[in-house]
Amino acid sequence: MKDFFDAIDFIFSERESPAGGARVGGLGEIWELMWPHLKLSGASLGIACAIAIPLGLWLGHKGRGGFLAINASNIGRAVPSLALIAFFLAFIGVGFANLTLALVLLAIPPILTNTYTGVRQVDRDTVDSARGMGMTGPQIVRRVELPLALPLIFGGIRTSAVNVVATATIAPLAGVTTLGDPIINVNTYGDEGRLAAAIVVALLAVATEVALGTAQRAATPRGLRVKRREAVT
Amino acid sequence: MRKHRWLMLLALLVAALAVAGCGDDDDDSGDGGTSSSNGVSADQGGIQKNDKNASTKLTIGSKNFTEQKVLGEIYAQALSAAGYDVSTQLNLGDEKTALKALEGGDISAYPEYTGTALLSFFGVTADKLPSDEAQAFDEAKADFAKKNLTALPPTPFVSSNEVGVTKETADKYGLEKISDLKPVAGKLTLYGSPECRQRLDCLLGLQQVYGLKFKKFVPVDLALRHEVLKKGQADVSIVFTTDPQNKREGFVLLDDDKGMFPPYNSTLVVRNDVVDKAGADLQKTVEMVNKGLTDEVMQELNARVDLDKETPEDVAGQYLKESGLVG
Repeated sequence: MKDFFDAIDFIFSERESPAGGARVGGLGEIWELMWPHLKLSGASLGIACAIAIPLGLWLGHKGRGGFLAINASNIGRAVPSLALIAFFLAFIGVGFANLTLALVLLAIPPILTNTYTGVRQVDRDTVDSARGMGMTGPQIVRRVELPLALPLIFGGIRTSAVNVVATATIAPLAGVTTLGDPIINVNTYGDEGRLAAAIVVALLAVATEVALGTAQRAATPRGLRVKRREAVT
Repeated sequence: MRKHRWLMLLALLVAALAVAGCGDDDDDSGDGGTSSSNGVSADQGGIQKNDKNASTKLTIGSKNFTEQKVLGEIYAQALSAAGYDVSTQLNLGDEKTALKALEGGDISAYPEYTGTALLSFFGVTADKLPSDEAQAFDEAKADFAKKNLTALPPTPFVSSNEVGVTKETADKYGLEKISDLKPVAGKLTLYGSPECRQRLDCLLGLQQVYGLKFKKFVPVDLALRHEVLKKGQADVSIVFTTDPQNKREGFVLLDDDKGMFPPYNSTLVVRNDVVDKAGADLQKTVEMVNKGLTDEVMQELNARVDLDKETPEDVAGQYLKESGLVG
């Protein structure tokens, strides 16, 4: 328990590094490490959404490529991000771009799989009646399939977001100093610094999860929400 | 290519033997042990077997990276040649694990770096580390003694941080020592391990001691530090003096003219009870083995394991044979 309080203290107060020569800890430093962490995670998640959601909608709408969409998830998780970074090193060096690419590849599978599944589970009768009303393909996607698939899509984004925020801790091994720095450099930050950074990363992941959960509820079509409430009571 | 390598080895051996030949002025402290002076003798070139040692069991440990495993194997095979009953335990994780194993009696000895011992075991901060090799060893030895451990005389090689550049960069800016970087540092990108950023024997020291302001510092995994230099992403990279890539890739290591990097000579740390039981042959053997272990030789041995994919066991055997210690 004492370790825990030491770690909390590290977050709020600056002190001399155990190795000497540097000042570590305090809100200022935590923020300095958190800002690149947020930038990296945000950029990766944004790019992953921009790729995976349209692709998933299209594949789901056409009812094709299910094998790809579903198995992408398993393959994506099988390749470690550090291995990807080492692989990309040969082409784009280390740094923000390399890390973003690695994290994008980590984030795509859950979003893609969920989007595809979300579209496929839309009631075929609903789609048929939309077509019967004279909607075109793109209209069906935008006004019927996407809204109905939203809860699942958000589920995918939440999974990816937590993965990305947690994995961004490896960034100091490839050119960007994030909250992973105190976790990797225990000699400089001490045990309390390592635990403090882990706590901040965990809080960040929880906060992301909560924020996206709120966004998900806001984005769920009213019709679906009513149905849920009825189902509960 | 192969021929070239052998020539290089030959040159190294000649150098090693020359060092060994000049260095036999160590005082002989073989008065407390069980063995007589006809055991190991540096004057006769090779390690000689002493049957009296067969009753002494030794377990040699090491940490879990290449250089340590090679050192562990070298000591194990050399001591075995001197007649001891030797076993090994060569994958003990980090220094804290190794020290625990040593204090608990699971192993009899393992090689540790003077700088690491002072920083990690004895609470010395980086700014207080002595820059003199002998002084660092004396301090570590005194601290180990309090734990009932004996630090045997250290190796000539130093496994410390060093500033590395490619041959082209060195030629372009006329770099020989770290101070030469001063006028050009603003144009250069420095790469180093993540912990380099806040270490006095790394980026902080380069800024404070040498007054260098690099264009940018980029943290990378230890394993990538040579890759980025080779690929031209890094202008300057912090490498270890005994990294095998240094020689193979023709990197130029700049001279630390202000003595900023603390010494990391390797010393075999042995339990006191083992020292008493093993007698004089133990230290003699270790000293004979250490003599040839210069920066260049250690780089080459590491290279054979990391780059040529030979086993530490084989490489250790080659070293002992090539340096004439084991027939």
